[in-house]
Order: sequence, then C-alpha cells, then structure tokens
Amino acid sequence: MSVKKVHDNQPKEFKFSDENLKKVEEILKRYPKKNKKSAVMPLLYLAQRQNNNWIPLAAMKHIANYLAMPYISVYEVATFYTMYNLSPVGKHFVQVCTTTPCLLRGADKIVKLCKENISPNENEISKKGNCSWMEVECLGACVSAPMIQINDDYYEDLDEKSTKEILTSLINDKPLKPGSYRGRKNTSPEKNLISNGEKHA
Amino acid sequence: MLKKENRIFKNLYNEFGWDIENSLKRDDWKDTKDLINKGREWIINEVKTSELRGRGGAGFSTGLKWSFAPKEVGSRPHYLVINADESEPGTCKDRDILRFEPQKLIEGCLIAGYTVNAHVCYIYIRGEYFNEGKRLQEAINQAYAKNFLGKNACGSGWDFDIHIHYGAGAYICGEETALLESIEGNKGQPRLKPPFPALVGLYGCPTIVNNVETVAVVPTILRRGGKWFASIGRPKNTGTKIFCISGNVNAPCNVEEEMGISLKDLIEKHAGGVVGGWDNLQAVIPGGSSMPLLPKKVCDTLKMDFDSLIENKSGLGTAGIVVINKDQDIVECMARIARFYKHESCGQCTPCREGSGWMWRILDRVVKRKATFSDIDLLSDVTKQIEGHTICAFGEGSAWPVQGLLRHFRKEVESRCREEPLIRKKLNNPYLVDQHLLENKNA
Repeated sequence: MSVKKVHDNQPKEFKFSDENLKKVEEILKRYPKKNKKSAVMPLLYLAQRQNNNWIPLAAMKHIANYLAMPYISVYEVATFYTMYNLSPVGKHFVQVCTTTPCLLRGADKIVKLCKENISPNENEISKKGNCSWMEVECLGACVSAPMIQINDDYYEDLDEKSTKEILTSLINDKPLKPGSYRGRKNTSPEKNLISNGEKHA
Repeated sequence: MLKKENRIFKNLYNEFGWDIENSLKRDDWKDTKDLINKGREWIINEVKTSELRGRGGAGFSTGLKWSFAPKEVGSRPHYLVINADESEPGTCKDRDILRFEPQKLIEGCLIAGYTVNAHVCYIYIRGEYFNEGKRLQEAINQAYAKNFLGKNACGSGWDFDIHIHYGAGAYICGEETALLESIEGNKGQPRLKPPFPALVGLYGCPTIVNNVETVAVVPTILRRGGKWFASIGRPKNTGTKIFCISGNVNAPCNVEEEMGISLKDLIEKHAGGVVGGWDNLQAVIPGGSSMPLLPKKVCDTLKMDFDSLIENKSGLGTAGIVVINKDQDIVECMARIARFYKHESCGQCTPCREGSGWMWRILDRVVKRKATFSDIDLLSDVTKQIEGHTICAFGEGSAWPVQGLLRHFRKEVESRCREEPLIRKKLNNPYLVDQHLLENKNA
C-alpha cells in the first residue's frame, strides 16, 4: 500500500468539460446499467487528464454524484491505485522503474540523473522547466531495461548519456521521441550484441 | 529449439505489421466460423487434448477451467475477462501480444467467449500500458468494421462485444478476484475463494478469467489441432511459450520457444549469453519475481517447464527470466523485490501487510550490514508465517523469493550479519568498566 498525500491547496469546483461529458456517456455504455459504479476508474482518469494530470477532491465529489455512489468509495479507489495523482505533477511527469530487472541494468544511475537534472526530491516540480519525477515499481518492459515512462510513453534501453539527453529535452519543453534508445526493433534479440558481447549501461 | 513453422506469434517483434490486413495474411480469422460451428464440446476437448496450461502464472489446465462454466445460461449472464494486468517484475510478454498480435487475442476472445457462453468480454489492461491499450482498441475497431465482432460475430451466429478496462497501477489486480473487484469499481482486494469466479464472478455472475497469452494461442491450437500443440514439449508441459529474458544478459529479449527448452540454451542462443560468460552466472529467477531464485549449479541442467521447475522448488510462473550475474549483490536484488511486495500488498490480510514490511526491513538491514544472526531465523520465520495464511497467493509470492534466497544463499546472507547487539553494547562501554560483570548482569 502506498501512502499518498492529498494536496493542501484544493480548487473549490470541478466539472467535466462538454467534450469529456460525451466521453463519460460512451464509458457508461460499456457496463451494465445497474453497475454504473464500474465507471469510477475510467472517470477518475478523465478527471485527471482534464485537470493537468492530478485529481482534486472536488472531482471525486463530482464523480460520486454522477455515479450515485458514496464519496468515500470514490476516495477509497483514488487513494488505493497509484496512478491517480492526488497532488500536482509536472507537465512532463517522469516515472523511473527501479524494480530488480531495471536495477540490475543500472536504474539507480537514472534515479541519480533525475535528482541532478529535475529536482533533488521525488514529486517536486523542477525549478527550470515544468517536470517532476518519481520512482515506481515494475512498468512491465523488463527486457528493455532500464526504462522510464514520461506521461504516457515508454523510453527504453537507456544509458546515462541518452537519459541525460531526454531529461534536458524535457526541461526545454521539447521532448524527444519515445521508444528504444539502442535502435533495436521492439523486443527482438540484438544480433550485434550477441556476437560482440557489448557491455550495457 | 522451436521450428519456425511451429511458431504461433510470428509478429512478436512487429516485422510484418500489426493491423488487421497483415494479420489476415498470417492466417488470423481463418475459418473461425467453422471452428465455432463445431460446438463447445469439440472446442473444450481440443483444448484439453492440447494440454494447454494457463500462461498467467498458476499453470491451471485451460480446457478444465472452461468446462467449469455452467453449461446453460441461467438468470445471470456469463462474462469472459482477459487478464492483461501484466505487472510481475521480469515479465513483458503480454505487452507484445497487445501491441503486435492483437487479432490473435481478439479471435481467441470470441472463441473463448462462445465456449463459456459469454456475450461480453472485458480486457483488463494495466494503466501504464496506455499506448498498448490504444493500439488494442484500434484493432478491436478494425475487427468490428469487418463484422468479426458485434452482432452475429464472424457469421457464427454468436453476439460478442469486447470492452477495455484500464487498471491504475496496482500489482494485486493481476489476481483474478482482485481484478474483478477492480472492474466493479472497488479497491482491488482479492475475494475469498470458494466460490470461484467460474460460478460467482463479475457482478456475481459466472466469469472465466484467462491470461492474454492463453487465449491468444487458442485459435492456432484449434486450427492446427490439439495433437499438434501437445507434440511440442513433453506431456503435461506442452506447446510454445513466450520467454522474457532480462537482467544481466548481453541481448535481453522476448522469444517464443518450446516448453522444456534448457535454460542454458535459452540464455546463450537467444539472449546472447550471460554478461561475463556462463561461469559468471550467480542466480536466475525463472518465472517472474514471485518464484524462488535458483543458483548456477541448478541452472546448468535446468529445463524450463512447469513440472521440472516445481521439482527444483521453484516455478515457471509467467516465464519472466531474470538473470543475475556475479557482479551483482544478490541480497540487494532480493531486498528490492521485498520492497516491491511491501509496496504492492493490498493491505487486506495482516500477515502479508505487516510481514512484507518486516521482510523488507530485515533484508535492508542485511544489505547495510546491520543485521544480526538471529535476524536470519526471524526472517525465515516471518516468511513461514505469511505463506498459506493469506486470502490470495500474493502471500506466497512475497515469501517464496526470500525463502529461495535463504535456501540457496544463506552463507551469503550470514557473511553480512554480525553478533548480537549485546556485544556491540559492550564495545560501547567505557574502557574501565569490567566486561565480565556486565555479562553476569545479563546472564
């Protein structure tokens, strides 16, 4: 269970935009009519996307009203799952995978680079640019380790040099492309590495 | 070694394009209607003949699981749920199926849905796989456009709809009942079993939960015959499997191979060998982080299938192979896994919620060389107290890796521990105090 901090400075009101209301209707169609509660997770995602990647308490109340469920149940869901941010994060939100398969290939170096280039502490918005970072558990791209997730995209096969370039590009608000940074095709074995036995990060 | 023509996932690396036109060229959706028209009994029997075992970790017979679904639909509708909440450290096979072979999964869903009498299927994808989910949605839309899904899906006379539900970063939602709770809009905390989901599952209705890879191989099994699938590997451990090889290897990769391939072949032929050579191998986690690790001497001759790994007191799990070489601190690696479990415990059962924290803190002390010898026994005791005393298998999953460490690397752990703090206390005593008097007081 992760401990999540609810932001001190909460906006008073939250309403779904007209465009998102249409999406809400679409989402509700996926579930049986009497099980509207199932839509709470997709709706929290929508609220998060509408509100600069974090969920204010007002949004939880709004969703609770909308789905006719107790506010506390929405709060429970929002605090249980780690991907709902309950306080503001940077425009470029960097999540560094540090679980064992990534650790074996040098995730600690990437954490160090984040500390140097973004902010000394996790979940702290950088002085330059608009970034924040945090350590997360396995992101499910273990054969492409070490890797980071920036907003929705995976940046894979990193080393110190490429990570530095990516982080600098974020601070300058011109993010580089996601994908493998060793130029390989997805998760296929790299033939040149097999023959040369090249060292990793 | 798997022959090229026996490979099921031909587009694992996206060399041929993922979209439906290219999938059709690879024989997806070929004669699906005829397969379905052969009836439920035939499909279940063919899957039973193939001896397909679930690819999500537990390795339960898929044909048997499908036969548990009630034969007749009563007042409650049936559901099919696909578990794409792939979060086991070391595993990333489902991600490639979602990205590059989505039609295999969708076709499998239709067949499985028909077999267990379900008209609606939910695919539960972990929230981090946002782009993979988007890709799958595109693939589903393409299938709808071709009338492979929807009313009278694929001309089979069966109505079938697929919806995607995103998780939000909870490892525990990979457990089937926690996953159902999560779809229902609750915290992902596992339910007590029985009743099993096959009778009381999603919204209290009969529900069959299957892993992505399991369902995605079914269409090929039916087309080529259960006997063909059973001819690969050895009895009870049949077919092909996607192995994810990560960690200290020269070329980490996902690769489809036959069951029962030797671990050494897998690492040397596909993943470019261990960094620093085979002799530099320290240990291997053979099936995702929750399976106990194995030392080099076991790895030398190890065959990768369900039963041979159980013989070696480990498990195939999800076939996420994490290779650890001698340059790494094995205790630190396992301490990090313990931290993972501490973070991901859902907090429902006390032994797991508290115990996972205990294990991490003790291992952390060992890494920092602050632990005492009695801590090792305490650690061993804690793992025994968690194992078997929780609602779901997460308890075992968190305790086994630590037990594996103690079983095979106890010397390594002991070498970092020291004597009881009593002695340290003595060291801190002023020089003039008689040490033996202190000892008497404590005696």
